[in-house]
Amino acid sequence: MSNAHHSAMGHDEPGEGHASYGSYMIGFFLSLILTAGAFAAVMVHAMSPSTTIAVISVLAIVQVFVHVVYFLHMNTDPETTWNRLAFAFAILVVLIVVFGFLFVMHDTAMHMMSR
Amino acid sequence: MLGKLTLSAIPFDVPILVGTFVGVAVVGVAVLGLITYFGKWGYLWREWLTTVDHKRLGVMYIVLALVMLFRGFADALMMRTQLAIAYNGNPGYLPPHHYDQIFSAHGTIMIFFMAMAFMTGLFNVVVPLQIGARDVAFPFLNSVSFWLTTISAVLINVSLFVGEFAQVGWLAYPPISEMQFSPGVGIDYYIWAVQLSGVGTLLTGVNFFTTILKMRAPGMGLMQMPIFTWTAFCASILILAAFPVLTVTLGCLSLDRYLGMHFFTNDGGGNVMLYLNMIWAWGHPEVYILILPAFGVFSEVVPTFSRKPLFGYATMVWATIAITFLSFIVWVHHFFTMGAGPSVNAFFGIMTMIIAVPTGVKIFNWLFTMYKGRIEFNSMMYWVLGFMVTFSIGGMTGVMLAMPAADWVLHNSLFVIAHFHNVIIGGVYFGYVTGLNYWWPKIMGYKMNETWGKRAFFFWFIGFYFAFVPLYIAGFEGMTRRLNHYDNPDWHLQMQIAEIGVLLIACGVVCQLTQIYVSIRDGKLPANRDFTGDIWNGRTLEWSIPSPPPAYNFAVIPTINGLDTFHNEKEQGLGGTDKPLEDIHMPKNTSAGVFIGVFAFLIGFGAIWYIWWLAALGLLGVMATIILRSANLDIDYYVPASEVQRDLDEHSRKLMAQAAE
Repeated sequence: MSNAHHSAMGHDEPGEGHASYGSYMIGFFLSLILTAGAFAAVMVHAMSPSTTIAVISVLAIVQVFVHVVYFLHMNTDPETTWNRLAFAFAILVVLIVVFGFLFVMHDTAMHMMSR
Repeated sequence: MLGKLTLSAIPFDVPILVGTFVGVAVVGVAVLGLITYFGKWGYLWREWLTTVDHKRLGVMYIVLALVMLFRGFADALMMRTQLAIAYNGNPGYLPPHHYDQIFSAHGTIMIFFMAMAFMTGLFNVVVPLQIGARDVAFPFLNSVSFWLTTISAVLINVSLFVGEFAQVGWLAYPPISEMQFSPGVGIDYYIWAVQLSGVGTLLTGVNFFTTILKMRAPGMGLMQMPIFTWTAFCASILILAAFPVLTVTLGCLSLDRYLGMHFFTNDGGGNVMLYLNMIWAWGHPEVYILILPAFGVFSEVVPTFSRKPLFGYATMVWATIAITFLSFIVWVHHFFTMGAGPSVNAFFGIMTMIIAVPTGVKIFNWLFTMYKGRIEFNSMMYWVLGFMVTFSIGGMTGVMLAMPAADWVLHNSLFVIAHFHNVIIGGVYFGYVTGLNYWWPKIMGYKMNETWGKRAFFFWFIGFYFAFVPLYIAGFEGMTRRLNHYDNPDWHLQMQIAEIGVLLIACGVVCQLTQIYVSIRDGKLPANRDFTGDIWNGRTLEWSIPSPPPAYNFAVIPTINGLDTFHNEKEQGLGGTDKPLEDIHMPKNTSAGVFIGVFAFLIGFGAIWYIWWLAALGLLGVMATIILRSANLDIDYYVPASEVQRDLDEHSRKLMAQAAE
C-alpha cells in the first residue's frame, strides 16, 4: 500500500505496531497470576478482611496496567503521546468520580445520620 | 418459550395506542409499498443501509432524529393537553399509568434518539469534510454505531405496542425502578434501549476522537481546526469519559432487577443515593455533549454570514476546553436536596456558577463577530439570534438553580423543567436546526427554502416563550413536575397558556416538515441549485469541494497553512493545487453493521421479555457476524485516478454551463 497515507483507512501509523506473540503471552500469564493471587488472598483467609480488600485492590490496579501495556500497547514511543494523554485523562476522570463520590456520600451519610 | 410475553401484553384496551398503531401501520405499509413499487429495495440496500460512507450515515442519523422528534413532540403535545384540562376534579384523558409512560418516553427519546442522533448526524456529515479527510477513522464501526442507535430507537417504540414503557422518568431513579416497585417490563425496555444505543454512542466517540486526532489534512494543527471540529472533539472526549459511567450504572440496576442484587435497593445494604451520583456523573457531561456541538454550529454560521473571521478563536477553543473539564465536577447540583452538608453543596454550587463564565465568553465572541460585520440576515441568522436571547435567559435561570438555597425551593418544580427546556430547545435544538439549514446544500446540492425556514423559526421562538414562561411562573407558585392532575386554581391559567405555546410549536414543526418538502420539490430550480460547492462563501474546507461531494470527498487532500486557509486563498485568488491525482483507497460497503444491529435487537427484546433463547441467539449472531467480518479481507478498493479526473472534468463542465446561463 504505497499510498496508504492518502487513504480513507490510513490508520497504519508508525509507533503503534502490534506487539509480538511473546508479549501477548507475558501479558496473559501475568494476568493469570494476578487473578489467581486475588482469589488465593480471599480463599485462604490468612489476612484480616480490611487487609484482604487492600491486597485485592492493589492486584486489580496492577492488572489494569498489565492489560494496558501488553494488550493495548501503551508505551513511551514519542509517536503515541495522545495515547498516554488520553489514558492520563481517563485516570483523572476516574479519580474525580471515585473521590467525588466518597466525598459526597460520606458527607451525606454524616448529615442524614444514615450510618 | 415466550418468557413473560403473552397476548395480554398488547394494549388493545387503550384506544390512543390502538389508533397510533393503526396510523404507524398505514404509514409503514405505504412507505414499504412505495419502495417496492418503484423497485428501490436493491438501491436502498446497496447504497444506504449497508453504506460506510460518513455522509450517508450522517443523513440517515438526521432522518432518524427527525422521526424521533416527531414521536417525542407528540408526547409533549399529549402531556400539555392533559395538564390544560385535568383540573379541579377533571381527570383529563390520560390515566396516570399511561401519562407516566409518556413523560418517561418523552425525555428518553428526545435526549437519546432525537438530540444524540441529530448531533452524531452533524458530526458524520461535517467533521471529515472540515478536516480534509476521506472518511472517518473506522468506517465499519461507524455503520455499527448507526445501527445500534437505530435498533434502540425501534426497541423503545416497540414498547408502545408490546407491553409498556417505564413510568419512572427519564433517568429511572431507584428505588421505584427496582423490581419491588416496578415489576413490569417498562424499565427493562428503558435499560436495554439506552444500553444498546449507549454502546453505539461510545463507539461514535472512539471514532471521532481518532478521526480528528489522526486524519487532519497536512498542516492542520489543533489550533487550525474549525470550531465545529473542536467542539466535536471535546464532545467525543466527554463521550469517552462519561458513557462508560452510564453503562456501569444501568448495568448495576440490571443486576438488581435480573439477579436480585442490592446495589440500589432500600434493603440488603443498597444505597439509592449512589445511583443519583452515578447517573448524574454521566448525565451532566451528557448535556454538554449535546450543547458543545451546537456552540460549534453557531461558531461556523456567525462568521460566515457576518463576513468576518470569528472573533477570539483561541478564547473560543479554551472556553470549550474549560467547559469540557468543568462538566465533570458539577453533578451534585442535580440533587442538592439529597442531604449533603454545606461543604459539598457549596463546592458544587460554585463550580456550577463558574461554567457560566466560559459560556458567557462564547456569547460575547459571537456578538463581537457580528459587530460591524456585513450581516446577511437569513433564516440561519434568525435561529442564531433566537438562540442568543433564549439561551442567555436559560443560562441565567441555571445560575439561579446553582444556588443551593434557591434550589431547595425550586427542586423538582416546573421551574427546573422550564430551565432545561430553555437551554435544550433554545441552545441544542436551535443550534442543530441552524446546522441542518447551513450544511443541507453541501449534501443535497441545493439550498433549503428560506420562507418556510423563517416561518418555522418564528413559530418555534414565540411558541417557546408561550410554552415555558408559564412553567417558570407555575414553578414559583409551587407546582411540581410530573403531576397528572391538580386542583390549584393559580396553576390553571399557566397550564392553558402553555397549551397555546405547545400548539404554536406544533405549527413550527409543521413548517419545518413543509420546509423540507418544499426544498426537495424546488431543488432543481436554478435559483436553489449550487454547482460551485461554496454556496455561502464559506470559510472552511467543506466548501472547497463540490456539493454533493464525491464518495472520496477530496480529489486531492488539501494542504493547510493556517486558520481559514480556504477562505484566505479564495480572497487572494489562489487555490487549486498542482499535486498530481493518485488512486484513492476507500472502504467497501458492508452488511455486517445491519446484521449486528438486528442481532443486538434480538438480545434486547429477548432480555426484556425473559425469552432467553432469543437473547442467546442474538448474542451468538453478534459474535458470529464480528468473526466473519474480521475474517473478510476483501474490505477495500481503489478509485482509479482516471475516474477522479473524470469527476473533476464533469464538475468544471457543470460550472461552465451555469456561468454561461
